[in-house]
Amino acid sequence: MSAPEVIPASDKPCETFVLNVGPQHPATHGVLRLKLTMDGEYIMRAEPVCGYIHRMHEKMGENRTWAQFLPNTGRIDYLAAMAYNHAYVAAVERAAKIAVPPRAEYIRVITTELNRISSHLVWFGAFLLDLGGFTPLLYAFDDREQILDMLEAVTGSRLTYCYYRFGGVCNDVDADFIRGCRDFVARLRPRLKMYRTLVTDNIILRKRLEGIGFISQEMCRKYGATGPVIRGSGVAYDVRKIEPYSVYREFDFDIPTFPEGDCMARYLVRMEEMAQSLRIIEQAVDKLPDGPVLSSGVPRVLKPPAGDYCFAVEAARGRFLVRIVSDNKEIPYRVRLRTPCFSNLSLFEEATAGMMLPDALAVLGSLDLVIPDIDR
Amino acid sequence: MKKYLKEIGGGFYSLMLGMRVTLAQFFKPTVTVHYPHESLKMTPRFRGHIELVRDPKTGQAMCFACKVCEKACPSDCIIVEGVKKEGEKRKSVTEFKLDFTKCSLCGSCVEACKSNAIQFSKAYNMVSMNKEDFIMNLFQKLESERSADGQATATPPPEQPKSEVP
Ligand code: SF4
Ligand code: SF4
Repeated sequence: MSAPEVIPASDKPCETFVLNVGPQHPATHGVLRLKLTMDGEYIMRAEPVCGYIHRMHEKMGENRTWAQFLPNTGRIDYLAAMAYNHAYVAAVERAAKIAVPPRAEYIRVITTELNRISSHLVWFGAFLLDLGGFTPLLYAFDDREQILDMLEAVTGSRLTYCYYRFGGVCNDVDADFIRGCRDFVARLRPRLKMYRTLVTDNIILRKRLEGIGFISQEMCRKYGATGPVIRGSGVAYDVRKIEPYSVYREFDFDIPTFPEGDCMARYLVRMEEMAQSLRIIEQAVDKLPDGPVLSSGVPRVLKPPAGDYCFAVEAARGRFLVRIVSDNKEIPYRVRLRTPCFSNLSLFEEATAGMMLPDALAVLGSLDLVIPDIDR
Repeated sequence: MKKYLKEIGGGFYSLMLGMRVTLAQFFKPTVTVHYPHESLKMTPRFRGHIELVRDPKTGQAMCFACKVCEKACPSDCIIVEGVKKEGEKRKSVTEFKLDFTKCSLCGSCVEACKSNAIQFSKAYNMVSMNKEDFIMNLFQKLESERSADGQATATPPPEQPKSEVP
């Protein structure tokens, strides 16, 4: 890794200018604004300005019933809505001591992993689009479409699923879905190989990403970056392994890490994660037990006992944690959402100091930000 | 120098491999649907806007205005009113309004209704330039459907957003 070229302070021309990227800019994938203090082509200071899509999700949690807040969670990170739903329902289940039938847990794992793949496919397409390659997006969306069709047939929706319920899931999966999962695993494996030939091994991409945007382990720890960002710096931190929830303990899968810490490492982590998710889906489909999918012991008016409860999941972009405080009422006292993108964005300023502008946009893409997730 | 040449060779090879994938794709069938001419069929569980269900026996709305759905809705977009008619055990619905502009298509209302009086429609490409078109009077719609069924000369249903049900 060659350190980005930094002009020594004494030679700096005293003229700098401020460049605004966003809030409406294709590279920010949403309404994120970057205030870049530039010295020519070099960035002296990059200041992310967020809050343009702040929707007060946490406050909304305080004025609706426990069940009514569930649709909100799917709209925080709309690309990986399943994991967010999962964290919230699991937190409430923990509070109200609701047991989830095993079949429902398996279905949750299968759908969350499918959703993770679809989210990574969007990132794959969009990231390469940022770098100037249009074709991969079309391939990625072709594969993603298969997932969305499958999830739509089960949940009734393509993006904001709202499929999980306190004590299970609302609809059982059918034989078509199981067959669809098997077919999809068989389909995506060769496609991942093809992506490798088409994109990953491409010399232009490698030259563009290798050694760019180094993020050290210390920096990740300092800012609380999680998910593929910290794994791209060589730390095998994954909530599914570190504090296993649901039935993740029963599956055999690896946590891909790459120690380089550059954009290419983060790219490779996500590509490898898709293959690992396929492994989980395959095992879960094989092991899927019979039985009910919704626990019968869920009271109609839910009033969890007073207390403070947390639940963390590994969402597509990192650790997502829901903390709920209940005072034994129908309405939560407090819902706190710890979203991964906010922490992942925080290190942007430090990581891009002294970098060329196009490289900074590559770093931004490699962080895989979803803007509503930052602002929530 | 040797490394440099090797890099050029390797790079060129990687590009060629990529081009081969592109070329192979060229001869595969298209994966897209040509939307205005063809459209996809919605799955049975698809969540469109809600609509009232008619009792197959009487043709009346099944809904008896218990307002459970109104309470379950997180976005406050349902308004139900009902009256108790003479000689009937239950209330019957007189007004059922859905503000589709606020609906988050979460499905809580359909799940909450224990008498299965509402269902999701399969209309998914609703377009209008007017916000008012999405404030739907579902009861009125059901009534006009009912009278259309009853008479041979159908009365036109009230203005609804243009929707094509595939
Ligand atoms: S639709 Fe169902 S829940 Fe809503 S008022 Fe009618 S009967 Fe009650
Ligand atoms: S789908 Fe959800 S938001 Fe829409 S009317 Fe029903 S309960 Fe309300």
